[in-house]
Amino acid sequence: METRQPTLTLGPVLYLWEGETWRDFYFRIADEAPVSHVYIGETVCSKRLHFFEPYLADVIGRLEGAGKQVVLSTLALVTIDREIRHVRATIDGSAYPVEANDLSALGMLRGRPHVVGPMVNVYNGATARLLAARGADAICLPPELPAASVNRIVADVPGVDFEVFAFGRVPLAISARCAHARSKGNIKDNCRFVCGDDPDGLPVLTLDGQPFLALNGVQTVSHTCQSLLGELHDLAEAGVSRFRLSPQHCDMVAVARIHDDVLADRTDADEGIARLRAVYPAAPLSNGFHEGREGAAWVARARNTAHGVNA
Amino acid sequence: MELICPAGTPAAFREAVDAGADAVYCGFRDETNARNFPGLNFTRDELTEAIGYARRRGVKTLVALNTFMRAGQEDIWYRAAADAVKAGADALILADFGLMAHVAETWPEQRIHVSVQASASNAEAVNFLVDAFGARRVVLPRTLTIDDIARLARQIRCEIEIFVFGGLCVMAEGRCSLSSYATGRSPNMNGVCSPASHVQYRREGDALVSVLGDYTINRFPAGEAAGYPTLCKGRFHVGDKDGYAFEDPVSLDVMDQIDRLRDAGVSALKIEGRQRGKAYVAEVVATLRRALDASAEERGRILARLRLLSEGNRTTAGAYEKRWR
Amino acid sequence: MMRLPTFFSMLAKHVPLPVIQQAAAAMLTQIVRRHGGLFERLGEHREKRYAFLPSDLPLAFLVEPAIPAVSVSRAQRPPAADAAVEGPLFMLLALMEGRQDADALFFSRDLTVTGDMEAMLALRNALDDSGIDLPGDLGAMAGPLAPFVSRAASGVRSRVLAEGNPSWN
Repeated sequence: METRQPTLTLGPVLYLWEGETWRDFYFRIADEAPVSHVYIGETVCSKRLHFFEPYLADVIGRLEGAGKQVVLSTLALVTIDREIRHVRATIDGSAYPVEANDLSALGMLRGRPHVVGPMVNVYNGATARLLAARGADAICLPPELPAASVNRIVADVPGVDFEVFAFGRVPLAISARCAHARSKGNIKDNCRFVCGDDPDGLPVLTLDGQPFLALNGVQTVSHTCQSLLGELHDLAEAGVSRFRLSPQHCDMVAVARIHDDVLADRTDADEGIARLRAVYPAAPLSNGFHEGREGAAWVARARNTAHGVNA
Repeated sequence: MELICPAGTPAAFREAVDAGADAVYCGFRDETNARNFPGLNFTRDELTEAIGYARRRGVKTLVALNTFMRAGQEDIWYRAAADAVKAGADALILADFGLMAHVAETWPEQRIHVSVQASASNAEAVNFLVDAFGARRVVLPRTLTIDDIARLARQIRCEIEIFVFGGLCVMAEGRCSLSSYATGRSPNMNGVCSPASHVQYRREGDALVSVLGDYTINRFPAGEAAGYPTLCKGRFHVGDKDGYAFEDPVSLDVMDQIDRLRDAGVSALKIEGRQRGKAYVAEVVATLRRALDASAEERGRILARLRLLSEGNRTTAGAYEKRWR
Repeated sequence: MMRLPTFFSMLAKHVPLPVIQQAAAAMLTQIVRRHGGLFERLGEHREKRYAFLPSDLPLAFLVEPAIPAVSVSRAQRPPAADAAVEGPLFMLLALMEGRQDADALFFSRDLTVTGDMEAMLALRNALDDSGIDLPGDLGAMAGPLAPFVSRAASGVRSRVLAEGNPSWN
């Protein structure tokens, strides 16, 4: 079993942020956030690439200068030739490890060290072993996985750094169709980048007005913000190497510090959760997936005792 | 082009064979397949019997083992694969890489079809599966246009099967956790979407409200046909509007594009609907068989009546047409 | 929605409950005998209680597959059940014979399903596979009178079905 202290990573920004905002966000992460790895790159929609590409070199330079390991992330849904070419160019030209979020990238990355992203279906040790044999040295497990599966996979496959999705609205689905554009009367091919109006997603409420989901272009994310702050120590003990913080429209440096404090035992989980709620009040916290329940649920943990349920 | 037909029960299986299927696909009565619905699917004995029935009539049987193996319980899927091979399945329809590797190693001669749940949406992805597991056919996700399919067909080294009729997933299949977000049960892990165990219908005055888990999915005013509360086909409030945020309650029908699909290089046409009754299966299979064998002029007339069988009586060509996006 | 002829309704009203009960029980015994796999397919839902509530008859039927047993009551006092389906008799019969599509059961506002949806779906799927054919099944039960019963049942079925919309939805 690894005894190495786990680290924090910053997942790719899932939303369409204005170019300079995107750049400044990463500059601040580079300067201030206690994270070991930073994933950058568009994973949701190939039409958005031009928004941040002018700033990419500067951002990578700043992150590297700050000692962060840069990982280039790739598209989750690859269908047309332009998208294939983009994935190939990212992989071929990269001086950095690449995160595969779809099967095409997995194929192209064979034999090279790479990261398998949370959009690739790794539900068991057999699959993780196979991907490791093809060159994956780190795997971010799907957010849907319950703790029992995470623990089992990590135990089954030594030699791979496993990462879990510890903070952020959960990416739940992706479509060829853009519900975000359609909600504003456009279609995907003529979308006018309306998803840029909603830097934290466009809320989807039930007909009763109950918050449920959020639209992020062709992606649908949860209304709730997954938080495994209370589970960090258990997961670390099980052998998980990294915890992914998925950027939301809030102070992500503060989010990273809270997780760092809890990991280092400077703060207990309950206090950490209270601080997290204050930093990101826009969404209630959830950890239902981890508990093997509905993902939207919040299962409060009483320390070293039976779980209390407060969904 | 082959006509691939669904069967949720032995009775529906026989109807599909008798109505003119070239192949019938089905699954075991457990979580190893993506239609793990109550009262549906096949025991080991029923599958063996069904395969015999089909084989005597020159029809193939494809067995879907297209959920993702639960860590630590892989044996459930390995046993299902062994039993399907032993029963004489002509192909296994698989989604999980670990299971594909196991089947390819254990039974190198067994045909592997890549399930739509594997989400192989481009040539690189398909060739990855051909190289890694010797996949012989891929069922393409419903995210591609016919032009996309034609381009892809020229670049891959296996057969292409596509869905042409029936239910339509709005989201990329095999990559959707909407159902487990609301209910804890998902297509990938449990073989169910918006499971009946979490469904409730409630009357509110003249309106009928459908509820999934803790969430209202739709409200049908008096006189409007009700629908099953499949999450992505619900009515929600977005911005300042109430409506179908993801997709209207329509179903897929691209049978009027048969010639274009053939020209694009498609080998097999698949009908969705293992959860639907034998009467539906018999009617749809017989009609599509006639349409497939008919001339282009006759086809429209033959297909017209099928619309009556579809959800909401309305159909769409879905992602096969670019405008749908 | 069209109604059964008042005749049936009157009949149901005036035939004593025990007589209907006896006939229903005999019918269930016959179906179970001829379609052994029916309740096996229900799996865990075999233990549930299913209510059938014909909206055009003043009667309610409760089926308990685990026993198996059926009990009949007056509609004013519907039985306690885990799952219930209410609708015109012709639809309930079509459902029983698997001539009704699964999804139509939900799409159609003519049938109302309440309670345990999973149990009801299991029952629907089990019925769909079972190949119940009421005229045939009941005819087989009646011994020497079989052809007569079978013909009468067929006649009733075609008349009943003619009242409903034979298409899905």
